[in-house]
Amino acid sequence: MDLITPGFGLVFWTAITFLCLLFILRKFAWKPILGAVEDREEGIKKALASAENARKEMENLHADNERILNEARAEREALLKEARDIKTKMIADAKDEAQSQANKIIEQAQAAIESEKKAAMSELKNHVATLSLEIAEKVVREELSNKDKQIQLVESMLGEAILN
Amino acid sequence: MTLNTFKSAILSALFLATSLSGFANENSDTQEDKEFNAKDMIMHHVKDAHEFHIITLHEGKENQKDISIPLPIILWTDNGLVTFMSSEFHHDDTGHTIVEKNGMKFVKSHEKIYQLNAGEDAVEFDAEHHPTNAVTPLDFSITRNVFMMWVSILVLLLIFIGTARRYRKSEDNVPTGIAGFIEPLVVFVRDEIAKPMIGEKKYRRYMPYLLTVFFFIWINNIFGLIPILNGANLSGNIAFTMTLALFTFIITTFSGNKNYWKHIFWMPGVPVPMKIFLMPIELIGIFTKPISLMIRLFANITAGHIIILALMSLIFIFKTVAVAPVSVAFSLFIGIIEIVVTAIQAYIFTVLSALYFGMATEEEHH
Repeated sequence: MDLITPGFGLVFWTAITFLCLLFILRKFAWKPILGAVEDREEGIKKALASAENARKEMENLHADNERILNEARAEREALLKEARDIKTKMIADAKDEAQSQANKIIEQAQAAIESEKKAAMSELKNHVATLSLEIAEKVVREELSNKDKQIQLVESMLGEAILN
Repeated sequence: MTLNTFKSAILSALFLATSLSGFANENSDTQEDKEFNAKDMIMHHVKDAHEFHIITLHEGKENQKDISIPLPIILWTDNGLVTFMSSEFHHDDTGHTIVEKNGMKFVKSHEKIYQLNAGEDAVEFDAEHHPTNAVTPLDFSITRNVFMMWVSILVLLLIFIGTARRYRKSEDNVPTGIAGFIEPLVVFVRDEIAKPMIGEKKYRRYMPYLLTVFFFIWINNIFGLIPILNGANLSGNIAFTMTLALFTFIITTFSGNKNYWKHIFWMPGVPVPMKIFLMPIELIGIFTKPISLMIRLFANITAGHIIILALMSLIFIFKTVAVAPVSVAFSLFIGIIEIVVTAIQAYIFTVLSALYFGMATEEEHH
């Protein structure tokens, strides 16, 4: 029966010893150990979270780069297009200008030709008139008898000259 | 005494297997005067003692020598505190050697100390083994179990304060040295015992108790298996398990919340006659839980010791060395199982304590 009868002394010492052990270990062992373990777990969690954040940031950065690159590409395209347009426009303008200039010159030339022609014509007319007068003088001088007939002739000749 | 021979025999069998025939001869020499009593020997081993006996040399001869560590005996008598060393009994456990202190006479019989009444010089017992001419003073002695308990807490303190120091030294809380071995155990108690049984929110409060009780039981289970310390069967002593179960009971009762007491006295969700019927059952349950803790640990550890010792006793019961290989093989087999049991019983005690705390602090969820 001794085996299953708790001895008072052992109960007493066990209780005291266990309580002391509990308090000492709680203060000097469990607190530091559990604290360290929890700190480390917290640290790992934080490290993982920050790694995830960094990954996301990298992704964002990458997306940003891509976007900026695309923008730059589009801008270049636009610039090139603009330049091409300007070029075409300039060429077209130059062409127009040249055309109009040419036209002008041609017109001027034509006008000059016309005026030259007129002047030449009038000069020719005068010349012809002088010539005709001279001729008439000669005719008059040579053929004084047939005066009427000669005048008639001169006039008709003149008229022909004008018509020419 | 035969049982002392037996002890030397166990030591020889376990450590010096080659000299099996040697101790058997020694045994047969002394076997003639006294019959070997397996029950007495086993009971002597699993129970507490007032001295730490290691070995007896020259058993039964004139130059017989007992090697043992004397332990202090502390008694609370009617005349106050009496202390003396156990060596004053000269290894006598039969009640013949009388130690006189402060005018009081003490004898030790079957590891119990009796204070003889005035004028008596030998203790006498009645049929129920109650002393007729002596009283039993309150015995606060540092018995071998108490002694081993202190050795065990010394080891525990060395291990765990050493572990804690490892963390304090390192900057990044990386476990090195002994901490690498201890940390998984601590994390196991936290993640496999405390968290699932008590719950994520409240487990923190109970961690120191659970950790302490787990390692305290485990290390004492292991110490009980070490052959030369085999005399100390602390975790197989009902006083020890009762004290620890009592702590679990006190903590459970004091952490019980409204929901816990409601489940005991007025079970929700059942009809009123059932509530009345369940109340006494639940009320008894409060006490059966720690009692089951107490008996489970005590019975498992003591049973393990008894089996090993009984297997060893076969050699002396059959009085032949031929049984020795069988005995040694079987007790080795049981010994290996017992090593597993040391951890399992510590785990079960802790897990059930945690479960009771969890039940006491559970929030209403119906």
